[in-house]
Amino acid sequence: MNIASLINALPGAAAQGLIWGIMAIGVYITFRVLDIADLTVDGSLCTGGAVCIMMMQAGYNVWIALLCATLVGMLTGMATGLFHTFMGIPAILSGILTQLGLYSINLKIMGKSNQAINVDKYDLLVSLRYVKGVAFYKNTILIVAVIIAIVIAILYWFFGTELGCSLRATGCNGNMARAQGINTNFNRVLGLMISNGLVALSGALLGQYQGFADINMGRGAIVIGLAAVIIGEAIFGKIFRNFALTLLAVAFGSIIYYLVLQVVIWLGIDTDLLKLLSALVVAVFLAIPYWQGKYFSKPVKKGGNR
Amino acid sequence: MLELKNISKTFNPGTVNEKLALNDVSLTIGDGEFVTVIGGNGAGKSTMLNAIAGVWPVDEGQILIDGQDVTKLPEYKRASYLGRVFQDPMTGTAAAMNIEENLALALRRGQKRTLRKGIKASEREVYRELLAGLGLGLEDRMTSKVGLLSGGQRQALTLLMATLRKPKLLLLDEHTAALDPKTAAKVLETTETIVSRDHLTTLMITHNMRDAIAHGNRLIMMMEGEIILDIRGEEKKGLSVTDLLSRFEQVSGKEFANDKAILG
Repeated sequence: MNIASLINALPGAAAQGLIWGIMAIGVYITFRVLDIADLTVDGSLCTGGAVCIMMMQAGYNVWIALLCATLVGMLTGMATGLFHTFMGIPAILSGILTQLGLYSINLKIMGKSNQAINVDKYDLLVSLRYVKGVAFYKNTILIVAVIIAIVIAILYWFFGTELGCSLRATGCNGNMARAQGINTNFNRVLGLMISNGLVALSGALLGQYQGFADINMGRGAIVIGLAAVIIGEAIFGKIFRNFALTLLAVAFGSIIYYLVLQVVIWLGIDTDLLKLLSALVVAVFLAIPYWQGKYFSKPVKKGGNR
Repeated sequence: MLELKNISKTFNPGTVNEKLALNDVSLTIGDGEFVTVIGGNGAGKSTMLNAIAGVWPVDEGQILIDGQDVTKLPEYKRASYLGRVFQDPMTGTAAAMNIEENLALALRRGQKRTLRKGIKASEREVYRELLAGLGLGLEDRMTSKVGLLSGGQRQALTLLMATLRKPKLLLLDEHTAALDPKTAAKVLETTETIVSRDHLTTLMITHNMRDAIAHGNRLIMMMEGEIILDIRGEEKKGLSVTDLLSRFEQVSGKEFANDKAILG
């Protein structure tokens, strides 16, 4: 166990954490704002990566590739949304159906189970080669941080608009929203589209970063997203009240997740067990509010909350 | 203003839980009428309100608001005609959003929600004044989350939201039933003030016969999915609880005799 090797690995972990942070913000929108656990992300992350890599291989500009990946990601969210609202399938199951369908679609996009892109031959925006020893404006960490700042700014603006407010109301109280004339079905589809657009953008960046897109790259993404949301809320929830700061906290949560992961790997834990570990940690954190309510609830003052 | 034509609704058809909740109900409410609705549990009071609001489609019949057939309109589209307050104080407001955001959502009822700002600065003054009118001190807590308010405060706020944009019809579904007597009286008083100020056509369900008599200018009683009594005008004004009880016995007794006649 060499501390230098850990320190060496940290910038990479931070960069990866930031890229996954975009996905975590997408998960936050469905999980916290819309109150839907959307499992589409396990598929749409890979879709984003696949579309981006294939378009760049075909000679398109990196920005066009990112834009198209985001748009295709929005379509996957729309599929889940329509399964849920138009066909009346429970949200979780809708996500699972889309995710399964996307497995085939992702294979068809890539033509095989993985596609590589060479950092020396293509003009990539981010790469694990750009984390250290490059000009600061080419540094992946900076570039992804700027992208996250832009994403948060846009979302902050959007959720303050009439439409954005109605979307928040939809997730908070569907009955109230409909009574106030809000089309909750439309809003659910819209929210899922925004979320999966971000997830696919994250996948597109991740594909470039690691230099390939792989059919399995999204497996367990939802758990990582939830972990980031939960870590972000647990650590920054008390100080970050504002919506933009909450989204920032989620991105930080993702970075922390990857840093901790790096430490765990450095400690020499069998990497086969990592997903099990992530799943258990997320399970425990999801249980905490439930346990708090059940075993540690304070007596409510009369005339209080009800 | 409101016209129900032969509305029927059966829940869980074809199962052991099958229940005929509304049985061929017809009702016409004129402009500016304030109708109170009473009846026992399962009489179909809430079902009738939900049918009007479009929570689910009715099996048969037609619903017209202001002459327009809304029978097939989804709930969120009918909302542009309706103001609603629910029995559960949790239902009418978005707990995770603050007071002014809730009001801003209500102000845009029936309008297209665009990418303009969710709350304009100019609206805040209007909200502050309206909240001050409630006399609950909410005007100084406009950026507090609604989840922090008491049940009575939430109902008063919901009432404000339901009437912020003048509805063609105000639907009150036992909106004071979950409150303690003192708060209930206060919310009812606010209701009376707003309804008479804006001359709102209103349909108010209540469990309390005294309230049903004291408020409004027309009273209907429901039983087993049907309207069995409809009292209005001078007769309504002079009504007492004992009158109402004897009328109820009269009507339901007759029903019983009819059943017997059919079965026997």
